[in-house]
Amino acid sequence: MHMRAKTLALAVLAPAFLLPILFLVVGCEKQSSSSSTQPATGSASGGAIKIGHYGSMTGSEATFGVSTDNGIKLAVKERNAAGGVNGKQIQLITYDDQGKGQEAVTAVTRLIQQDGVVAVLGEVASSRSIAAGPVCQREGVPMISPSSTNPQVTEIGDMIFRVCFIDPFQGYVGASFAKNQLKLDKAATLYNRSQAYSAGLNKEFVNAFEKLGGQVLIQQAYADGDNDFSAQLTAIREKNPQFIYIPGYYTEVVNIARQARKLGVTCPLIGGDGWVSEELKNAGDALDGCYFSDHYSQEDKRPEVQDFLKKYKSEYGKTPDSMAALGYDAANLLFDAMKRAKSLNGHDLADAIASTKDFKAVTGNITINEHRDANKLAVIQKIQGGQFSYYATVEPPK
Amino acid sequence: MTQLIQTLTDGIAVGSLYALIALGYTLVYGILQFINFAHSDVFALGAWLSFTIATWFGLAAGSGATTPPWYIGLAVLALAMIGCGIVGFLIERLAYKPLRAAPRLNVLITAIGVSLLLENVGQLEGMFRGHHFKIFGPYPKAMPALIPDRVLLHFAAVQFRLVDAVVLGTALFLMVAIQWLVFRTRLGMAMRAVSFNHNSAALMGINVSRIISATFVLGSMLAAAAGFLYAMKYAQLKQTADNVWVLLGLKAFVAAVVGGIGNIRGAMLGGIFIGLIEFFGVAYLSDKYRDVYVFSLLIIVLLVRPSGILGKATVEKV
Repeated sequence: MHMRAKTLALAVLAPAFLLPILFLVVGCEKQSSSSSTQPATGSASGGAIKIGHYGSMTGSEATFGVSTDNGIKLAVKERNAAGGVNGKQIQLITYDDQGKGQEAVTAVTRLIQQDGVVAVLGEVASSRSIAAGPVCQREGVPMISPSSTNPQVTEIGDMIFRVCFIDPFQGYVGASFAKNQLKLDKAATLYNRSQAYSAGLNKEFVNAFEKLGGQVLIQQAYADGDNDFSAQLTAIREKNPQFIYIPGYYTEVVNIARQARKLGVTCPLIGGDGWVSEELKNAGDALDGCYFSDHYSQEDKRPEVQDFLKKYKSEYGKTPDSMAALGYDAANLLFDAMKRAKSLNGHDLADAIASTKDFKAVTGNITINEHRDANKLAVIQKIQGGQFSYYATVEPPK
Repeated sequence: MTQLIQTLTDGIAVGSLYALIALGYTLVYGILQFINFAHSDVFALGAWLSFTIATWFGLAAGSGATTPPWYIGLAVLALAMIGCGIVGFLIERLAYKPLRAAPRLNVLITAIGVSLLLENVGQLEGMFRGHHFKIFGPYPKAMPALIPDRVLLHFAAVQFRLVDAVVLGTALFLMVAIQWLVFRTRLGMAMRAVSFNHNSAALMGINVSRIISATFVLGSMLAAAAGFLYAMKYAQLKQTADNVWVLLGLKAFVAAVVGGIGNIRGAMLGGIFIGLIEFFGVAYLSDKYRDVYVFSLLIIVLLVRPSGILGKATVEKV
């Protein structure tokens, strides 16, 4: 009996086995969309130095990849106009990883093995840097992440660098800002447990906040692909916190903020640099009066910042966010290291990057420390009417 | 207490969306004994069509945006349903009909192919002979508000909003309508006859091909309605190849199986049931195992009662 039931079970189980195989096939055949910036003047691409960028040019974190790429392109254009590096033009090759870890690995493998780049720039999201970093390490090609803040990224090995601060500091920034400046003592957190960035930053924030004497009433999690946060937000509402710390990416944050306001949660929401995107405007007024930690402020009066703002605006017609600034900085730091390096061989180039000291960058002076990270200040941005603007600066703990 | 009521209302609202999608799986399975894996993409298409049509009406998302008169929302819903109905018809005609005599596995694999096609074509954007073209684009988009954001009922901290009422009301109305259509009309009678036996139905003068087409159109229209309601409720749409859509579709499929696949009331019951299990699990057990609750239920049902809660175990004649 139950023949029908058996057929049904087969119908259910067959695709479960078939799907991964199918995706594998598709994954191999899919062409990543690519764009390459040709050298501005003269020299054939044979003589040019190739560098690669992989990023989320499409998908849920698309503004991360697009902004970073714009920043890098601007740096490449300027460098080529000024005669390139050591008399050679720079050629940038960008591949889209669609915001997926496995695509990031494919993109980086292709950059190194097929295109033969001397260095790789990317990614923004820590999970994808962690996925693709080992490829660079294995192949001996230096990788500079513009804005992955999870400590694990540079722990991959001596080929992996970053030009931004790391999450133990960013967690402290959020905690200290809430506790000391906003005078809030009771927190709740809501984080994405499938993203290394989000889960790591959540842990760092909770540690720092409790060390400062604050109280974390409840920690709730969601996963990639979740769209409804009302069950978690209802549980948070029961505890009545003074603010919610949400170390997620902007697309999720917009959703969470809207749903929180619908559930009558009116407390401020505080987040990290995953919030950096013009798409925050989609939240309407749900994010008014909320804060997040960021890498640089457009209102900074330093000449590096003002100069960059002017050039970026005339090139792209909009204000650069911190992802664009970090992309610009990462590329310029790479060019600086290329000039100093004995050769463009991976290990020589990595040595040159590692010895970077006091490099004048848009997001602050960069000195690469022994963990291949950069120590920098963080700023707090405040959101009003879908726009964010500089609110405070937070320095590292004494 | 407030948490209980809140979880209950949220669970039922989301469950009714699952139920609408599950109906599409169940209708097709009832007639063709085949699981249409492209159904979750028709659902995504419904949501994106709603977005596109709303922007044609000149609506935009954002803080300063005003809400249009009520009939605009109805028009968007109707147009999205018609659009998805046409796509559902074409999918059946072009992809599944030529395989009517082929082994079931071939159709299943074709369904997965159609699903990937819809997902990726939906994201197309680029230049063609100097013209910029775009289907829906590879980025998430914010859905314009079609109804005012108003609180209807207050119960302690629980707010029951107009948008929830619209979601629930529309979903229930459509479920009653489909129930009426299948059990009270000639078309429904023909559908039930075809689901019983294609050959005998044909002998009774029923145009089996036409009934199968009608079933696909009906299922796709329900998926479009679910997509529209989803867009209204969540106001943000992920790009069509995002796994949000597949996951929602899979949960609805679980709902159909749990309720008893091929059984219309079972799909509705299963949808609400899955919604409640998911929300109560997250709220009262742990927030870490959201999808685990849903899919373990599928395993349990397949082990204990493979034909589902309302399904009848039948002996397959050889």
